[in-house]
Amino acid sequence: MGLVLLVVIWLITFVSTYFFIAKTWWLPTGASAAAAGIDHHFATTYLVMGIVFVAAQVSLGYFAWKYRERPSAPPARYVHGNNMLEIVWTVLTAILFIGLNLMSSSIWASERFRPAEPGATQVEVTGMQFQWYFRYPGRDGRFGATKPELIDASAGGESALGLDTTDPASKDDVVTGTMVVPVNREVELILRAQDVIHSFFIPNMRFKQDAVPGLAIHMHFTPITIGDYEVTCAELCGLGHYKMHGMLKVVSQEEFDKWLAAREAEKQ
Amino acid sequence: MASYTPTVSIDAPRTCTGGNGHLPPRRYDADDFGPPSFDVRLRRARLGLVVGLTGIAMIFISFTSAYVVRQGLPTLDPRTNALLHDWFPVPLPRLLLLNTGLLLISSLTMELARRQAVRKTLAQLASVPGVSADAKEEISWLALTVVLGLSFLTGQWMAWRELAANGFYVSSSPSSSFVYLLTGMHGVHLFGGVVALLSAGFASLLRRSADSQSILVDVTGWYWHFMAVLWVYILCLLEFVH
Amino acid sequence: MAGGTGGGETIMATREFAAHEAHAHAAPQGFIRKWVFSLDHKVIGLQYYFLALTAVFVGMFLSLLMRIHLIWPNIHLPLLGDIKPETYLTLVTMHGTIMVFFVLTTAPQGGFGNYFLPIQIGAADMAFPVLNMLSFWVTALAFIVMLGAFFVTGGAPLHGWTGYPPLSAVPTAGPGEGPGADMWVISIALFCLGALMSALNFITTTLDMRAKGMSMMRMPLTCWAWFITAILGLLAFGVLFSAGILLLLDRNAGTSFYVPLTVFSGQMVAHKGGSPLLWQHLFWFFGHPEVYIAILPAMGLCSQLVSVFSRKPIFGYKAMVYAMLSIGLLGFMVWGHHMFMSGMSPYSAFAFSIMTMAIGVPSAIKTFNWLGTLWGGRIRLASPMLFAIGFVSLFVSGGISGPFLAQPTLDIPLHDTAFVTGHFHLIMGVASIFGIFAATYYWFPKMFGRMMNESLARWHFWLTFVGTYCIFMPMHYAGMAGQPRRYSQFTELHYLEKLIPLNTFITFAAFVTISAQLIFIFNLFWSMKAGKKASDNPWEATTLEWTTATPPPHDNFGGHTPVVYNGPYEYSVPGAPRDYVMQTDPATVAAH
Repeated sequence: MGLVLLVVIWLITFVSTYFFIAKTWWLPTGASAAAAGIDHHFATTYLVMGIVFVAAQVSLGYFAWKYRERPSAPPARYVHGNNMLEIVWTVLTAILFIGLNLMSSSIWASERFRPAEPGATQVEVTGMQFQWYFRYPGRDGRFGATKPELIDASAGGESALGLDTTDPASKDDVVTGTMVVPVNREVELILRAQDVIHSFFIPNMRFKQDAVPGLAIHMHFTPITIGDYEVTCAELCGLGHYKMHGMLKVVSQEEFDKWLAAREAEKQ
Repeated sequence: MASYTPTVSIDAPRTCTGGNGHLPPRRYDADDFGPPSFDVRLRRARLGLVVGLTGIAMIFISFTSAYVVRQGLPTLDPRTNALLHDWFPVPLPRLLLLNTGLLLISSLTMELARRQAVRKTLAQLASVPGVSADAKEEISWLALTVVLGLSFLTGQWMAWRELAANGFYVSSSPSSSFVYLLTGMHGVHLFGGVVALLSAGFASLLRRSADSQSILVDVTGWYWHFMAVLWVYILCLLEFVH
Repeated sequence: MAGGTGGGETIMATREFAAHEAHAHAAPQGFIRKWVFSLDHKVIGLQYYFLALTAVFVGMFLSLLMRIHLIWPNIHLPLLGDIKPETYLTLVTMHGTIMVFFVLTTAPQGGFGNYFLPIQIGAADMAFPVLNMLSFWVTALAFIVMLGAFFVTGGAPLHGWTGYPPLSAVPTAGPGEGPGADMWVISIALFCLGALMSALNFITTTLDMRAKGMSMMRMPLTCWAWFITAILGLLAFGVLFSAGILLLLDRNAGTSFYVPLTVFSGQMVAHKGGSPLLWQHLFWFFGHPEVYIAILPAMGLCSQLVSVFSRKPIFGYKAMVYAMLSIGLLGFMVWGHHMFMSGMSPYSAFAFSIMTMAIGVPSAIKTFNWLGTLWGGRIRLASPMLFAIGFVSLFVSGGISGPFLAQPTLDIPLHDTAFVTGHFHLIMGVASIFGIFAATYYWFPKMFGRMMNESLARWHFWLTFVGTYCIFMPMHYAGMAGQPRRYSQFTELHYLEKLIPLNTFITFAAFVTISAQLIFIFNLFWSMKAGKKASDNPWEATTLEWTTATPPPHDNFGGHTPVVYNGPYEYSVPGAPRDYVMQTDPATVAAH
């Protein structure tokens, strides 16, 4: 029985570790400036915790087998503990855990402690059951007013946001169901939600932030690779949560300018 | 063969006059595995009360933190996209001051009731069976406390009516919501205390023994004082913290 | 290897029993007073246990339906019909709520704690037997109300066990958010009351009713675990209760504690100015201690079992006590790690993450000490020990993913993905459940006077141990690949399609594992009637429950008062006649 326990524990350990190392199912390709740092720290945490995982499970299985009761086995050692050992492994664990955290804190700080750079592409993201809408401020660089009384979800686009067309700043606002941004330029997001809490999650950009009704949350990220990236909702928002998705298209600056100009022209 | 062995020690009278309310010193009474003695049961009940009050305190601490957070929270006006403060304190009815007075007096009568009950029990325990303890007529401080407690609750109800008459309902504004919430939750807890007192008062009907009755009164007494202090705290929070 | 009656060697005088009309220890007569409204902590413990057993089968059934739907979203089931997306979310919500509250917060503490705490400390019952009885019935009522949510108009809610408003606060936010959500809140509020009453009893009993010689530092670690769990419950359930009251008011009285001005399908709600984050703060201030409430009793039991079945004192008793105390204390300072992505201040997030890494330290210490106990022992792999070792393995696995989530930077890709689901299921949904299984196999002889069948126990262990790893380890991979939580199907997003085979594997593993639990149920009930008769101390353990008759008499010790001379883990004491020394044995004066 002891041997079986050892074998099973070791097998589970090695099989699961294999899939982690082989990256059979892994983080999607990173396409933002922050992704490299996050992924690197992920790998570090992985390595450290992986060693701890393997060591603990291997010891567990080994002890369960080695110290099993047999007629030839010596009596158990009557020992109540070892204070020095307790202190040593407590301190080491504390250094390890807190050290890991401090190592990642600079990434967190750069992502969240500072506001977006001036000149960033501004996009207002509004989540509602079960759709994301994106609004660009247009040439005047200002977002027009929205009024909850004007919201008409079935009409889509500007009406879904309740855009107040009497506000001059609204005239050049562009509302789309697909998010388009230029590559290599920071994107400033203003996250809003109309009804319940949603969460704007772009796996490839290593970006996630809850959109909370009653709040306008400012975040930023910098896309560095041109391509199309799926956007999902990562906070339970109702029956359509599983199909609340969108698309982020990262394009060149010229393409973006052309696209935006075309959208503005449509409005006239 | 049934025998009743009183194990009241000389420590007990000190605790039972209420004094400073400290718990009696811990003694091993494991030698007597029969029914625990009066002072053990009293100590245990008081310990239970302290623990229970901690749990209740957490409820009001949570409400306090919600209150403080809500006060300071600017909310996004979806029309203007601007943050505005929408906390406007509710003018509290003067009646609340009268109610406070009633409650504080009831705390006094409660304390007298508490001492009265425990004193009676000790007298009975020390008496010779067959000869009753001194049965002179005493004011039932317990009954008076119940009356004052119910008056307080009635007064609170009237204060609610006054608020409503002035247009402040539970949903009118964030501050009015908290006024109703805090006073209501306190009232519910105080009513629980009234029920406990009534249960103690009708102990003989419920076939509860005299010492169980006095333990109930003692424990309810401390509970009552806590409710009085809690009320003063709530009043100060509503009146002064904005 | 003879079992023997440990109590026979202890010098105990038989006392006369003084009858007293308020005395709770007179054995009750009549079915109602003996089995329904019993004041006996042993009966109440069994009532809690069987409530949890019922709840776990309901919860497992719900999860079975969930796993079926994920793989075959359009399947039409006999009797139940189609599972619509909103139904799936109802299953998610009720599965989580029932399992967390009515299984993990009920069986280890209300079940085994009620039964064995008084006995292990040498008391005749809990401090307040009437309150104990009430706390069970309030909990049972809460369960009935919770189940009732399925049957009201609109059905049970779909807002997840975490119930974030506005989704949970506005009836038009989704199907099931009408009366069903009110029932859900009311059930939880009732549960809070039951838990607070129970916590009161546990704390008072532990502090005031220990037998002579049973100092705090001679208590078995199970008692420490129940004690600390009760303190956590006392401080946390009041907060959940308050949060629930505010939610009920928002739902029914038009207040706006949590709900800002929101618009559903073009209709504005009659709320404004509330903060959804307020709920999250209150809920997680409760929610994090809650997960420690779910695991601490199992940790205490694991310590007990590795010691008994290695025939060795627990390695580092004091360290284990301090570790549990630290976990309890720190547990109140980490709630923000559930809210890194919520819109909370990033500075607060940083502070919470440091505290969260800190709480990993005492958990690691406990693991080292369990390994230290096994090292150099003489290990008997009886079924309780198999589950205890399984617990350690699962606790390590579930715990290792913690430091990933504790760092906000890494939480960005992992929050609200299947990685989180895998993490908490390994710890709560498996390790803690293994604690319940281990406790059942271990204490069954004492409760019912018979042994459970050991072969069936082994089948149960192996199938469950391997099966649960097959279910929950792959969820980590799926989460890293970006699979979000609470998705009723994976057909809408292109990048999720390649995860469907993995999810299929998980579903089939779930079929096998859930089926394996039938072995346990059969073993449990069959052994009550036909199991091998047990001696008073079949495991040759030293703690007080093994000094008394099987099952224990009404006042636990048959009129005796236990007197304690030794610590709880005196195994293989050099020079002692046997490899275990009862706590009540005055003959061997141990070093501790």
